[in-house]
Amino acid sequence: MGIVQIIVVIAILVLLVKPVGTYLYNVFSGEANRTDRIFGGIERGIFKLGGLSRREGMSWKKYALSFLATNVALVAFGYLVLRLQGALPLNPSGIGRMEESLTFNTVVSFMTNTNLQHYSGETGLSYLSQIIVITMLMFTSAASGFSVAAAFVRGITGQKSLGNFFEDFVKAHTRIFLPAALFLTLVLVALQVPQTLKPTMEVATLEGGTQQIAIGPVASLESIKHLGTNGGGFFGANSAHPFENPSPLTNVIEILAMWTLPASLPYMYGLFARNKRQGWGVFAAMMTLFVLLLSLNYYAEMKGNPQITAMGVDVSQGSMEGKEVRFGVPQSALFTAVTTAATTGSVNNMHDTQTPLGSITPLALMMLNNVFGGKGVGLMNMLMYAILAVFLCGLMVGRTPEFLGRKIEAREMKLVAVAILIHPLIILAPTAAAFLTDLGQGSISNPGYHGLTQVLYEYVSSAANNGSGFEGLADNTVFWNVTTGVVMLLGRYVSIIALLAVAGSLMKKQPVPETIGTFRTDNGLFTGILIGTVLIIGALTFLPVIVLGPIAEHLTLW
Amino acid sequence: MANANAQPTEQNRISPASYLLIVIRLSLIFIVLCGLVYPLLSTGLAQLLMPKQADGSLLKDSSGKVIGSALIGQTFTDPALFQSRISSIEYKAEASGSNNYGPSNPDMLQRTADAVTGWKAGNPEVPVSELPVDLVTNSGSGLDPHISPEGARVQIPRISGLTGIPAAELEALVDKYTEGRDLGLFGEKRVNVLKLNAALTEQTAE
Repeated sequence: MGIVQIIVVIAILVLLVKPVGTYLYNVFSGEANRTDRIFGGIERGIFKLGGLSRREGMSWKKYALSFLATNVALVAFGYLVLRLQGALPLNPSGIGRMEESLTFNTVVSFMTNTNLQHYSGETGLSYLSQIIVITMLMFTSAASGFSVAAAFVRGITGQKSLGNFFEDFVKAHTRIFLPAALFLTLVLVALQVPQTLKPTMEVATLEGGTQQIAIGPVASLESIKHLGTNGGGFFGANSAHPFENPSPLTNVIEILAMWTLPASLPYMYGLFARNKRQGWGVFAAMMTLFVLLLSLNYYAEMKGNPQITAMGVDVSQGSMEGKEVRFGVPQSALFTAVTTAATTGSVNNMHDTQTPLGSITPLALMMLNNVFGGKGVGLMNMLMYAILAVFLCGLMVGRTPEFLGRKIEAREMKLVAVAILIHPLIILAPTAAAFLTDLGQGSISNPGYHGLTQVLYEYVSSAANNGSGFEGLADNTVFWNVTTGVVMLLGRYVSIIALLAVAGSLMKKQPVPETIGTFRTDNGLFTGILIGTVLIIGALTFLPVIVLGPIAEHLTLW
Repeated sequence: MANANAQPTEQNRISPASYLLIVIRLSLIFIVLCGLVYPLLSTGLAQLLMPKQADGSLLKDSSGKVIGSALIGQTFTDPALFQSRISSIEYKAEASGSNNYGPSNPDMLQRTADAVTGWKAGNPEVPVSELPVDLVTNSGSGLDPHISPEGARVQIPRISGLTGIPAAELEALVDKYTEGRDLGLFGEKRVNVLKLNAALTEQTAE
């Protein structure tokens, strides 16, 4: 049953790609369509209130600036609320103000769609902070990412302009995230996820003791957490907590909620490119890498921990340390792969306790950062590799490389190189730095090679804007709050701005007519080359550190 | 593309001040919409339509007394009751989580070995090779309400010996409280320990 249930979920996803991708195209293409009647009125109201009577197309610089300015305004607001939460309403459990470095880390984490959490939701945030900062940033960061991805796709497919950031930002909310989140919230509540403003409950247990049960507006956060590929949980245990994810059915729904939008973006891209095969080619490359890494995790986790097998117990369930009985290995492995592929970062099992080979899966998916990817950025990264792939092929045959009918020249390649190199740089450099200082080393909770993986994971997760953690790391210190905060900022904004610049520059070029000698990017051969490029450039960079961490630990266990 | 009739080359540009005002106004609109309207509307609808689920699926015994949440596990120290999984937070649900021990962590291996030894001492009738691994490992949340059906079945000889309830009756009880896979496909078969023990306690009381 294990493999069957995984295949069924993947099949459902594939069936959703076309309708959802078409819908996304309708939202961002600006062509008149039926949904205008439903949402047009609300949007006109928002445009009026926002002073957006004119929504002309923007240059890439203006688009990037608008994206940054909006993000800065929201971060400033979030910072203030968290610092003042003790004195603000909707705080039934009486939670005090948040410390400065933790507040910095938290607002950056949620604005960059990372959702790395160095606080614990039950004790660190008031209900007001949970909704007006955390839930709000989950929407706005996802909408920001989607808008930028739409602009990038418009640029490289040669539309008239990159579009207007504010208009995209509004539409991403009104036509995608708000209605979908409200619907999903009600579905989750029907399946027993709580949604209340009552404080922590106290119940008398069956054995006569008392149990305090933290509760709150969980479902409304849970739905946008997955739709927006955010991942920050209401509770410390995230989606392993029975209130966040009470059953295998909610698990499947949450998996599809975080996976469908990123997986549908390649299809939307195909529609923009007026060649659906372009979109499916990218999708196929993503799915191939995904299935490879998912299989590794499933295999390793089913095999379990040999040291526990040696104790003579029945280990047919696989490695159950850090996993919930209702999910077992299959639903845990699938969740792990999807949450790190789609850069959500929610967890339904503890990644820290996974077998060494199993833990390569989440690490590798975040290191690649382009297998589906979150809120649009994954597609941008994959197309960046596609540009690199045509460049490499162009070099091999001695032709000027072209992508979608536009010449790829020095300026674009320099920007792509920046976007590609920043990712390993902001992972490996701080990891090394953390090991050189007591501030970094002191937080490691597991001895041996596993400790290296803990530190590595923290920075990989920050750089990929994923936000899942090897949670054993004692990471709520000034050192970790500040370094991971900076890594998250660089991980989000450098590559987005570089890629917007690529889009702006490609858009201005004259299309070159397609000839018999044109290297086609819409067939199986290109999908293969794309996978190869991702593996050679993206994966080899990280191979040494994977060997030092998980693989070395594996060898000590077996 | 932004607007069908807008041109990127439009002459009368917006001043920096009014541009900043757009950013601030737009931010405020979405702070209100996403940060207040959406969560409060969700809460209102959920409380109106599905109050039981929205308030945490509380579980009551036959006399109507709340004994916990159907979703949150509890510690059971009485050996005459079914035991839950190991929890590093002892099922204290004001928080959640586990120690996050890595697979090579000596503390984790020691804790598991101790749990196996403890099991052998308390359940001499059952060979250790039948002890399913979920009973001696920590769940992810520390609040796992379930054990595997095998995990319940291996506890039957002990409970039967301590309470005098025939093993066949206990087996019937475990079968009754075994939940199948969702939609017959997703997840694993499981037993909710609190529900099972509540039924067992009532049976013992009769």
